[in-house]
Amino acid sequence: MNKPMLKMLGVTSAVSLLAVSAVQAQDPVRLTIVSWGGAYTQSQVRAYHEPYAEANPHITIVNDDGSANALAGLRAQSQAGNVTWDLVDMLPSDAQLACDEGIIMPIDHDAMLAPAPDGTPASQDFLPGSLGECFIPQIVYSTVVTFNTEMFPEDNQPSSIADFFNVDDFPGRRAIQNRPGGNLEWALFADGVHPDDIYDVLETPEGVDRAFAKLDTIKDNLVFWTEGAQSPQLLADQEVAFSTGYNGRIFDAAEVEGQPFAIIWDGQIVEWDGWVIPYGPNQEAVLEYVYWATDTQRLADQAKFISYGPARASSAPLVGEHADLGIDMNSHMPTNPDNYFSPIVLDNDFWTDYGDELRERFANWMLR
Amino acid sequence: MTQGDAATDPSMTDHMRDGQMVTADGTPLKASLKRAERRRKIIALLFVAPLLVFLMISFIIPIGQMMFRSVDNPQITSTLPRTLEAMEAWDGQGLPDEPVYAALAADLTIAQENRTVGQLAVRLNYEISAARGALTRTARQVSNMEAPYKEKFLDAHRLWGNPEIFQIIKREGRPLTASYYVSALDRTYDADGNIVLQNENRRIYVDLYIRTLLMSLGITFLTLLLGFPISFLMSSLPMRYANLLMIFVLLPFWTSLLVRTTAWIVLLQQQGVINELLVWAGFISSDNRLGMIHNMTGTIIAMTHILLPFMVLPLYSVMKTIPPSYVRAARSLGANPWVAFWRVYVPQTLPGIGAGAVLVFIISIGYYITPALVGGQSGQMISNLIAYHMQTSLNWGLAAALGTILLVGVLVLYWVYNKLVGADIKLG
Repeated sequence: MNKPMLKMLGVTSAVSLLAVSAVQAQDPVRLTIVSWGGAYTQSQVRAYHEPYAEANPHITIVNDDGSANALAGLRAQSQAGNVTWDLVDMLPSDAQLACDEGIIMPIDHDAMLAPAPDGTPASQDFLPGSLGECFIPQIVYSTVVTFNTEMFPEDNQPSSIADFFNVDDFPGRRAIQNRPGGNLEWALFADGVHPDDIYDVLETPEGVDRAFAKLDTIKDNLVFWTEGAQSPQLLADQEVAFSTGYNGRIFDAAEVEGQPFAIIWDGQIVEWDGWVIPYGPNQEAVLEYVYWATDTQRLADQAKFISYGPARASSAPLVGEHADLGIDMNSHMPTNPDNYFSPIVLDNDFWTDYGDELRERFANWMLR
Repeated sequence: MTQGDAATDPSMTDHMRDGQMVTADGTPLKASLKRAERRRKIIALLFVAPLLVFLMISFIIPIGQMMFRSVDNPQITSTLPRTLEAMEAWDGQGLPDEPVYAALAADLTIAQENRTVGQLAVRLNYEISAARGALTRTARQVSNMEAPYKEKFLDAHRLWGNPEIFQIIKREGRPLTASYYVSALDRTYDADGNIVLQNENRRIYVDLYIRTLLMSLGITFLTLLLGFPISFLMSSLPMRYANLLMIFVLLPFWTSLLVRTTAWIVLLQQQGVINELLVWAGFISSDNRLGMIHNMTGTIIAMTHILLPFMVLPLYSVMKTIPPSYVRAARSLGANPWVAFWRVYVPQTLPGIGAGAVLVFIISIGYYITPALVGGQSGQMISNLIAYHMQTSLNWGLAAALGTILLVGVLVLYWVYNKLVGADIKLG
């Protein structure tokens, strides 16, 4: 599809929203949208799918919880020549792989995505570094260290990544994920490396040794988790004093279930998550949907249902209260300036280049 | 009966024609027999055909495909044919000359257009870190490059100045590869192409195979230790009590695996039921709670519980058939209770022990959900890493090699076991 035609498509979709009655005569379309399931899919259903289907009665949206194995699924479908997915939610590292393999659509961001309400083109409205060749970001999520406030005296609550690595002053077990991503970054950060230099240091063998040496200092106190749901569980059972975890799940446990958890925003590891478009059966319909579902208001709406930050700068001021709890979501956004003071932006290029080797070394280190 | 015998037997002339036996309707007996035989075979085959087709589709073909994947290596030969040709002149020492870089540029230009560079990059990254970045980034710029290419490549990514990447392309530029097996056995290639031990801090798999083997043996032994007395009791009780006990054995079998595993987490964790009880009773202090989960102990406890029915059922079915009169006879002939049990009763239960042990061992060697949930780092088994390479790292070649090694290992063990225990194994 060429650029002017895509622009036209964007315009028609905007027009069709204004004149809902005009589109009702269209043929019914079923869009299969793949996402992560659980609370995350729920937030997309309420912020995007339901309002869109209401405005476009000919569209039916089918949810598929296949994102955890999205790259494998996309490969298999494209090899079999039978692509059934219309839109897939995935991480930018996997999106770049799929893009290099030519199994998803390259994105012309300014033509295929809505501009901000003030007219800023999409390529400048999305947060810097978030857009990919084939990738449209929706949210910023972060991996954070959390602790159970009941396990530390009130006058000695931890507040930094350095505290997480300080077993003497902050005793107790710590849960980390059973893979190197994030953990090596934190080890270097706690060892005094500036967030901007972390990946330069990690590229050298000495830097990797340094990170593992730092992890060694807390190894006797470590527990490893695999699935995202385990970290709030371990904290709630007081099985561990600290755990790393995804901020959305921690928010759910703390605010919805009332667990005594506090997030350490120091050194939060920030990553994007967003849409990719495979060469599926309903490409026109899905492009219209994406144009609408990634506009400024829609991205801000998603934050009413889950504590992940919208990927557009223009959405930030529109973030309001949680739809069910009525609490102000701004203070829970990873991108809130109060939280975003020392972020480590996950470098996917680094992990695709060095991941194989470092994962082996990390597995070896865990087994020892 | 052979043709020669029939021809020399004069008493059978009624049913003979041209020196051959015939049936009443005149067809040669041999052909008729053959036809009947063939019909029987076809009918027999038709009976098993659905199962055979099912096994072919759901079992044999996938396993064959998996085993093929562990040596399949199409990415380099199909994407870099010109480079491989140009490299034939290269002696493998130092950096290659301009023609190789020019051929590489031509190959990458085509690969970029066909979008095949991604898979090539992923494949090479298994062999050397940073290859993915080097290939994808260079491929994006290559259409703007002009001769001489060598300099441009050296500018584009530092890896193009490292002879190792070319040695790897040359070594792996074949349709089949052993490199997944080399990695799966904690080996690697050195600069001269010899297979050597992997750097100590990257060795994982051999230790894990050994650990998986030892844990499976331990779990098999524990299920036998726990399962033997209960099976004995069940086989000697009247039917209705035995049935009641059987339900207790089978009850956990009917509950979801995840529920059972989670129940063990509740019981065993540091703030869990058992630790709370021990602390309350004063056996341990609150600071020294036992770590019974998220380690090997947790995996062994939970798996022993889950696999117990696989030991109890074959044991019970064998013990049920042992007449009590044998032990009584041994006792009446003067054996003390221990001798009567050990020399008369136990040998008769061997088929059950053999079957139960094989079932439990083979199931536990490939177990993966329970170790993933309660194993922590020391309780992981080899199947957890296979699952990881299937689902997360997507290195299917390595996963296939690890799986094939496991499969071959189990078959070898089963063969040895069968030699030792012999035909006594009675499955079920």
